[in-house]
Parts: sequence; C-alpha cells; structure tokens
Amino acid sequence: MGTTVTIANRELRSYFTSPVAYVLMAAFLALGGYFFYALLTAFNQMLMIYGMLRNPEMLERFNLNDMVIRPLLQNMSVLLIFIVPAITMRMFPEEKRAGTYELLLTSPIRISDIVIGKFLGGLALVLLMVLLSGFFGLLLLAYGNPEVKLMLAGYAGLLLMAVSFLAIGTLVSSFTDNVVVAYIGALFALLVLYTIGWMGETVPVPWLQSVIRYLSITEHFQQMLTGVIDTRDLVYFATVVGVSLFLAHRSVESVRWR
Amino acid sequence: MIEVDRLSKRYGERTAIEGVSFTAVPGQILGFLGPNGAGKTTTMRIITGYLPATSGTVRVAGFDVFTQSVEVRRRVGYLPENPPLYDDMTVVPYLRFAAKLRGMRRGHIPGAIERVVHACALEKVTDRLLGHLSKGYRQRVGLAQALIHEPEVLILDEPTNGLDPGQIDEMLHFIKGLAPNRTIVLSTHILGQVLEVCEKVVIISDGRVVVEDLLANLTRGQRLDDAYKRAIAGEPARPEAH
Repeated sequence: MGTTVTIANRELRSYFTSPVAYVLMAAFLALGGYFFYALLTAFNQMLMIYGMLRNPEMLERFNLNDMVIRPLLQNMSVLLIFIVPAITMRMFPEEKRAGTYELLLTSPIRISDIVIGKFLGGLALVLLMVLLSGFFGLLLLAYGNPEVKLMLAGYAGLLLMAVSFLAIGTLVSSFTDNVVVAYIGALFALLVLYTIGWMGETVPVPWLQSVIRYLSITEHFQQMLTGVIDTRDLVYFATVVGVSLFLAHRSVESVRWR
Repeated sequence: MIEVDRLSKRYGERTAIEGVSFTAVPGQILGFLGPNGAGKTTTMRIITGYLPATSGTVRVAGFDVFTQSVEVRRRVGYLPENPPLYDDMTVVPYLRFAAKLRGMRRGHIPGAIERVVHACALEKVTDRLLGHLSKGYRQRVGLAQALIHEPEVLILDEPTNGLDPGQIDEMLHFIKGLAPNRTIVLSTHILGQVLEVCEKVVIISDGRVVVEDLLANLTRGQRLDDAYKRAIAGEPARPEAH
C-alpha cells in the first residue's frame, strides 16, 4: 500500500512539474467554459423569444437541466476522449525511455504497486479537473434553479466515464514504449467505446444488439445524465476499470516471469 | 554471494548469452569484461531480476532470482548502463523515492540520504533538477540510488561511463571502499580500471564466458591487454596453459 502511494505521488508530481497538467486543465476548462457560455446564451434567447410570444406552456417546458447541464456534460465527455489519453500516454513509455523502468522493476515492489500507483496518480489529476468543472454547476445554482440531484448524478456519470477512460489509457500505455502510439492507441480505443452504440441500432440480430448496447459507454452515461443511478451502470464502470487494470498488470508482468 | 549457473538468454532466434557461469564472493570485486554486445548488460539484467533467463539459474545471497525474486531485489543495488533518473526531480526527492521503493522505513530515510549524498559527493547539487546535471553527476546520483538501502550485492553496469579521468579515479576508489563486506560485480570495457580495483575477472565474448580467473593469475608474466585479446580471439588466456 505504501509503495502504491509513493508511485502515485511521483506520478502526480510529474504532471505538475511539467506544463502537462496546466495545459490539459486549461484546455478542458476553457473549452468547457465556452460550451457553457454558448448553451446558456442559447437558453436565454429561447426564454426571451417565448416570453415575448407569451407562450407560458412552452416556457414551462424549458429548464436548465435539459437545455444546459445535460448537453454541457455530454460535450465535456467528448473532450475527455481527447484529454485523458494525454494524461496516460507518458505513464509507461516515459519510464522505458528514461531507463527508470529498470529501477521500478528491480525494486522489491509488486507489479500491482506500479500499475495501481500510476493509475491513482492520473486519477488525482482527472478528479481535480472534473471537480473544477463543477464551477459551471455552481454558477447555475447561484443564479438559477436547476435540479440539484439531477446535476449531481450527471457529474457523477462524467466522473465515472473519466475514470474508465483513464484505466483504458493506462492499459494502452503499458503496451508500448512510444508516447505517440500510446496517445493514438488510447484515443482509438476510447472512440470505439464511445461510438460502438451506434452499431447497436443497425445490427439485425436482437441479442447482439443488446450486447453492443451494454458495451457502449455512452448508454450507461446517458442513464446517469437522466438522473438514474442504477447498480448495473456502476457495475459496468467498475468492470471497465477492473479489467483494464488487470490486463495492464498482465502486460507489465509479461516482460518478467513469476 | 552471486552464483550464476549455465545461464542462457535467447531473443527469438538470436542468442544473447549461452551457458554463462561464474561466482562472485563478498569482499572481492568482480570485473565483468567483454566487447560491446558480448552480453554483459543482458547478464546483469538477469541477475537483478529485470529480465527472465531462457534457461539456467542465478542465486543471489542464497536466493533464487527466478523463484524468490523479491528477496533478491531487496538485497541488490543496481546501477544500469544509463542511470535510471527522473529528469523532472531534484536529487533529494529522487533518493527519497528510491529509498521508499526499496521498502526502507520512513525514519531511516533522511539519514540514508545524507550518507549517500556525502559518499557520492553530491552536496553541491542537492537542489538541482536531475535533467540539468552533467553526465558525471548523473552517474553518481545513479550510484547513490543503488547504495541507499545498503545492499549486500552491488551490480554496476559501466559505472565510470561518461566520467572524466579525475572522476573515474574517485569513483573507482569509492567503489573499492565499498568492497570489504559486499559482493560487487562491475562491468567495463576499460581494462585499466580492472587493474585498479578488481581481484577477479570474468571475460565474456559472444555470449560465452571465456575466462573466469583471479586477476593475479591472469597478469602473471603478461599484460592484461594481451590476456584479454587472446581470450576474445578464442585462445587460452594464460600463456603457460600451452
């Protein structure tokens, strides 16, 4: 346990001693802020138009949750597809390039210390990033009346999605000694996972359709965006993380014996 | 104590080392010699548990590297060919990290850092980024990292690589000072260094051990250069063996 924390600490520090953490957070929050502003402006315009048209029925239907928060979280989840691989891409290739991989693997520590330590280091950065984006939600709370539970469920969904992405990125990173390969590989894997649900609608075999829908990460994310926290979705995210880290462990182990 | 027994390593079709055997005992620095690409680094990586062997066994301090890997790693200090440094760290946090990896107790770490910083003459650079250090200092930080947990076995892969002549002397002198209660294997391709510090010599050529002998025996009546050249050429290294 202690060693895991030691490795996680070093990993987290390395993000902040280089510009990586700042650039990624700035990109994520700036784009997120832009989406937030655009969605909110559109929402206000709609309110104004229907207000002038004196159409109270339509006005009733408008709410911050459906028109601002949900699309905002959806857009931010797309951003994460591009941001998270940039967090994980250096995890293993950088160690291999610098020769520090030899230090890690010849120390009396377990491989799980290395894999989980690295994952936790990246997790701290991802958590920080998603929590900072919670600022948009706080603004809405201060000046509007969104449904808090719905918003929290949505943010929880975004967070679980980010953690799953991170685990997959960690896995891809463990395969290679090349940073570019690690980035593109993780990006590819995440895009497939994100869009696989699209296939679900066109496949003619019903059972295959439901399998694909279950595999699709967006399917589970959508559930949480509508405020439903279902154990099945939680199990899905936990499985993605667990399987990815298990395979990463295997991949690191494969250079050794035991 | 290191006992290497009929060690072989194949990378696919290519054979890196074949049937390598030798023994290193405490108090006697073993010079591991051979041309570049002869298999020195591969052998050392197997001894430290970084690489698996294809066949053969290695015992370090009585523990088998393959079945009791953690016990071995606890007892070994290893300086790889390229010092394993994180360029974005400064010296003291790096050494602290290395100490924690070796499972040292929190209370023992500051003292250990002080000891190796002094021993490797790193006082002047303690707050410099490792990425900004000269090759000589990087090598010394690498050595400090290998010594931090006071290992009984030291594996040093070309420890004088990249040092200037004055630093080489210091480094060798320092390594010699470590020898009395430790088993040390030191690889190099500079023969003069062997004469200065080693008592035993193992010469490896094309993945096979061609000489395992005490330095005193090898240099009796001839220069080490000649013994080395003969050994690499596949002739008996000791002339009287004819």
